[in-house]
Amino acid sequence: MSDPSSINGGSALAMVGKDCVAIACDLRLGSQSLGLANNFEKIFKINDKVMMGLTGLASDVTTLHELFRFKNNLYELREERKIEPSTFANLVSSTLYEKRFGPWFTGPLVAGLDKHNKPFICGFDSIGCIDYAKDFVVSGTASDQLYGMCEGLYQPNLEPEDLFETISQSLLNAVDRDTLSGWGAIVYIITKDKVIKKVLRTRQD
Amino acid sequence: MDVVLGIRLKDCTLIATSKSVTRGISVLKEDDDKTRILNEHNLIAFTGEAGDTVQFAEYIQANIQLYSMRENDIELSPKATASFVRNQLATSLRTRKPYQVNVLIGGFDTKTGKPTLNYIDYIGTQAILPYAAHGYAAFYCMSLLDKHYRPEMELNDGLKLLEMSIKELQTRMPMDFKGVIVKVIDKEGIRKIDV
Repeated sequence: MSDPSSINGGSALAMVGKDCVAIACDLRLGSQSLGLANNFEKIFKINDKVMMGLTGLASDVTTLHELFRFKNNLYELREERKIEPSTFANLVSSTLYEKRFGPWFTGPLVAGLDKHNKPFICGFDSIGCIDYAKDFVVSGTASDQLYGMCEGLYQPNLEPEDLFETISQSLLNAVDRDTLSGWGAIVYIITKDKVIKKVLRTRQD
Repeated sequence: MDVVLGIRLKDCTLIATSKSVTRGISVLKEDDDKTRILNEHNLIAFTGEAGDTVQFAEYIQANIQLYSMRENDIELSPKATASFVRNQLATSLRTRKPYQVNVLIGGFDTKTGKPTLNYIDYIGTQAILPYAAHGYAAFYCMSLLDKHYRPEMELNDGLKLLEMSIKELQTRMPMDFKGVIVKVIDKEGIRKIDV
């Protein structure tokens, strides 16, 4: 009931395809049972080839988004290059562990392509333990349902178009079995030369 | 059981707050104003823990006004104001005694010429909404507003919608909240409206 990571609700997931990755989230922002907004995006751009998802306590989602934007800006100024997804994952991990005994109540995801355009995805727990995966990672109040959908639908080496279908169906059918998630969805497909954003039509209950 | 309601209209934002102050079973005051003017085009409305609310709102008010004095009379935009307030609440949340204050910030952006409404709770959850309410009032009002709200509504349509909401609250809420104070934020600034 008063578990911070399930007050506002919301879910996200990321998947690996053939020379591409996909990351998706729902759009609900709630206060317990009451729906507040249906335009609360939980996926944020880090650079042209790296994106992150942040689910959990909405306050911490906003705070961490601002914090990582700040840290990434400093990184780009100091290094004069774009951050690699694996490097960014370690930045997220150490940032979360800084608050080991009073954590941020979020479950972040990182998805992107490295400098050789090799797909990279990973998830974290609230204190920064990295969950490296070669297929998919999930996060949020519908994570149980997402695991089920992904286990059932995922197959390796999907082309961007097929990966979009797979991640969309996984997300949509998972959030429909979770009262705290849903109210719209957004999918990003990251390929070596562009990022495609798609807004999904979903159930509104 | 304070009522704090906000509606964003075509070229203004409406803020309504209940006039009663209660403690336990007693009504202590029936002409209370739960808003503070931050600057010419930003109004904060608040509910929450008795001592915290006014203390917090006036702290925010002082800081927003200090900014204008330092920056050669430049007004902080609604977006910047809301970000500042959110940051204060989110920082306060992880202290020994957090401010238990929920706010709505009604604003008018003079650069873009658009009215805004920001919902921020004591946790630091921020949302830009077309209409919003805090506490129990939200449960009664949201469905009504979902049905009747139109983004292109003028002030008098907005006031009618507000009246509907207040009527609903008066019939469904267990307590008399002694009516509301209504304020409008538009390009002219902030003014009180008699209802």
